[in-house]
Amino acid sequence: MNIVLLWTDMLVWILVIVVAIWGLFISRSSQVQKQWHTVFKSSIAMASAIVLLFYLLFTLLDSVHMHFTANATASNGQTVQYKAETVSLLDLIFVHNLKSTERTYSAPFATHEYSKSVIVDDKGVTRQGYLPLRYVSKKGNLVEKSLFAVLVGLFISSLIILLHLFWQSSGNFKSVFLKNWKAQSVLPWRTAYLTIIFLVVLLTWLYMLSFDYHVLGTDKVGGDVLYQSFKSIRTGVLIGILTTLIMLPVAVLLGVSAGLFGGWVDDAIQYLYTTLSSIPGVLLIAAGVLSMQVMMDAHPSWFETTLERSDLRLLFLIMILGITSWTGLCRMLRAETLRISQMEFVTAAKAFGVGNLMIILRHIVPNLMHIILISVVLDFSGLVLAEAVLSYVGVGVDPTMYSWGNMINQARLEMARDPMVWWSLFSAFVFMFILVLAANLLSDRIQTVLDPRNK
Amino acid sequence: MMGSILKVENLSLTADKEKLLKAVSFEIKKGEVFALVGESGSGKSLTSLAIMRLLPDAISVSSGDIKLRNRSLFVLPEYQMQKVRGKSIAMIFQEPMSALNPVMTVGEQVAEVIKIHLGLKKDAIKKKVISLFEEVALKDPKERYHWYPHQLSGGQKQRVMIAIALACEPDLLIADEPTTALDVTIQAQVLKLLKKIQAERKLSILFITHDMAVVSQMADHIAVMRQGEILEQAVCEVFFNAPRHPYTKKLLKDAAHRKEGREKKQHTERLLEVKNLKVYFPIKKGFFQRTVGYVKAVDSVTLSIPKGKTLALVGESGSGKSTIGRAILSLVPIAGGAVIFEKQNLARLNQTALKPYRRKIQVIFQDPFSALNPRMTIGNIIREGMVSLGVGPKERTLQDVYIKELLLKVDLKEAYIHRYPHEFSGGQRQRIGIARALAVKPELIICDEPTSALDVSVRAQILTLLRKLQQESGVSYLFITHDLSIVPAIADEVAVMKEGKIVEQGSVSQVMENPQHSYTQILLASAPKLPYII
Repeated sequence: MNIVLLWTDMLVWILVIVVAIWGLFISRSSQVQKQWHTVFKSSIAMASAIVLLFYLLFTLLDSVHMHFTANATASNGQTVQYKAETVSLLDLIFVHNLKSTERTYSAPFATHEYSKSVIVDDKGVTRQGYLPLRYVSKKGNLVEKSLFAVLVGLFISSLIILLHLFWQSSGNFKSVFLKNWKAQSVLPWRTAYLTIIFLVVLLTWLYMLSFDYHVLGTDKVGGDVLYQSFKSIRTGVLIGILTTLIMLPVAVLLGVSAGLFGGWVDDAIQYLYTTLSSIPGVLLIAAGVLSMQVMMDAHPSWFETTLERSDLRLLFLIMILGITSWTGLCRMLRAETLRISQMEFVTAAKAFGVGNLMIILRHIVPNLMHIILISVVLDFSGLVLAEAVLSYVGVGVDPTMYSWGNMINQARLEMARDPMVWWSLFSAFVFMFILVLAANLLSDRIQTVLDPRNK
Repeated sequence: MMGSILKVENLSLTADKEKLLKAVSFEIKKGEVFALVGESGSGKSLTSLAIMRLLPDAISVSSGDIKLRNRSLFVLPEYQMQKVRGKSIAMIFQEPMSALNPVMTVGEQVAEVIKIHLGLKKDAIKKKVISLFEEVALKDPKERYHWYPHQLSGGQKQRVMIAIALACEPDLLIADEPTTALDVTIQAQVLKLLKKIQAERKLSILFITHDMAVVSQMADHIAVMRQGEILEQAVCEVFFNAPRHPYTKKLLKDAAHRKEGREKKQHTERLLEVKNLKVYFPIKKGFFQRTVGYVKAVDSVTLSIPKGKTLALVGESGSGKSTIGRAILSLVPIAGGAVIFEKQNLARLNQTALKPYRRKIQVIFQDPFSALNPRMTIGNIIREGMVSLGVGPKERTLQDVYIKELLLKVDLKEAYIHRYPHEFSGGQRQRIGIARALAVKPELIICDEPTSALDVSVRAQILTLLRKLQQESGVSYLFITHDLSIVPAIADEVAVMKEGKIVEQGSVSQVMENPQHSYTQILLASAPKLPYII
């Protein structure tokens, strides 16, 4: 078994590590600590953050790839190495679903296929009927299994909560528990615990039942929709965070320089983003994706497996999205910088002979922080949705890659048939909706707290 | 016996259990100017909003009544109240720019009010508008009817506001700081106009202001407010001759700015000399932003700042006085002339060569709210200049000690070092700004209207602090102001500026008592004065 490092895996882990280090670094400032403390005083923010953490957990689980080499003895006695497929940690968890591919559509919790097929029975009589599903167990009933799964879920979540209480209390365990439970603690831990219990129970229930059923049904070629939805998390979250990562430095650098230096710098940057933003975004992205496609076809040596190819395509898509989406933020930052650079504290800094770089870092960027933060989170939601739209149009991620956009794209024809195949679309929608909603709620709270004018 | 127009009885307002107004009572008679005086936050504007029934939702009336011609306003349904507003009670605001709709011509805006309340025919309305414009002494009223607000000057806009207020012949005019945003000469004109109209129409005016001198010119009856309470009510002459409440006495004393007994030395040493200074701003037009002309903001100005003394630079807005300050600091490009400091022409130096002089020349700003970075602690704000210019100790803990000393020096508390600017009032912020400038031990501080955004009593405190610091450290000030009344209190010499040029410079007593130039004479005549020095 060796670990495989894909490009996007590397980027996302670097980002997580950088954010963690930065978090440690700034948490030494009591002011910053106080601010984030205030952010999480709101129970909505707490719940949203926990939901986002679960999404991040799935992304990270799905961002550790490895491949196994299978040894087999060939007929002439030599050992032959077969290269197996590259899989991620998430695939290992859902390995039963990976193997349990049905023939075609089946509804959630169904025991038979969704449409009739021709069956030839033992006597040679041909008739129309629903074929039973291959990987659905007939033993036990749904209610019993569900109850058992819920109990396991409760056990796991209470374990997590106990661990947290233990870490928090350092001794007088009971009083801390009572304080948290009666919602007397400073941070809304009760909401946090309830969210964790709800999420863990839901996830264990989904997971344990996925051994015996296709909990969210199967798609056209019999793939498990639950598994696809979980795999799509990585694509969505990656596009959301990595694109902002590429876009942010460009937007901040150009926006602040345009606003602060004025003159020809301002003119050049303004003409650049006016030109960029007057070309329809989808057209620009489609052109970028198509030329990238041509380039990848010309250099097959860049990737060895289909997984690497789709990963490379994802990376290019992220770059193209980043390059086309900085104009809005840049324009906002330029306007705000113009306003701030006229403020007297900037004049005071100039009168102290403070250099331009320090003025930008100390006086301008901190005062732009709320705009940057809010637009990052808003863009995050927008980009998750944009991925869906682009994949639907056909210029998004690789068709072999699991993504909510591809799921919707594949489900779109089935919306018209009667009875409707609704579960693919529904699952993609619910997973995407929860992510975007949580991100928006958290960003709302962050903005309220971080903007000094709201105090 | 004149009839009562408006009667406010025991009016109390609350917001979240906090009492904003406490049993305010007063009465305005017909043809009387009633002045409500107080510092910001004293509740004078709230009173006027309560009269118009335009209070924000969060504020509720807890007790009391307001009667317009013996009819209670609080029991009226909203549709009747709408008729009262504009028709019986009209209002003019401090900021004429934001009170006028920028996409309608001023004539239409006056016409709209007349149409709503009087229901006249189209031609009659236009005639009425033009006669109103004539009444408020707007030049070429027929022409001005079709102008947009941005084409008018501040004073003209305020005249249009007055025309709108007068359009329906109201019983009561509420004037909420109507001249605060205007220059002295324009203020004098607008006040004269208001006085004239009031006399002609027998109008009652509720005049809200913080400026004691304006009150003394305008009011028949005066009420002083503080923290939601009326402390004292009196007829104008009685009020200024024999104020009873200690707060009133203090207000009048602070407003008077008695001339300090500043010793006069002949031929003091000169710290900084400005010779033929020119600052031109290019006007750019077209696709390629070509320079098509220049605005001469400062045009051949020559002045000198005495060492250890204060030169006041007086002028109206747009006269270029702030630009001179910025040019001395080398913050704007200088088109010509010299700024000579310690025999060195600062105008010729580049940024690196300028750095040693940055320490010696510092600045204090007008707006205490934009002068401090909201994201930095007070300690870091003061530290910035010290670190950048290498003044004071290098070690952080020693710097903290140094900063704490400075805070004590400007009468603030040591503990403020870790706080953020939004926790402080305007006066405290101004002190922090002064401490920031003092941190680098400057020899010259350019004070760019440091008191014009402050209340009267706070202004007096800041001026006292500036004087104290000058006596202690011998620092010189270039004191830029539009307010002539504070000049004797702070300055030794004064220079008067108009349209980019210095028209007169000399010692304070010379210029203030015996002005030579006609513009200085107009300025001095326009400035509202307190009638009696207590």
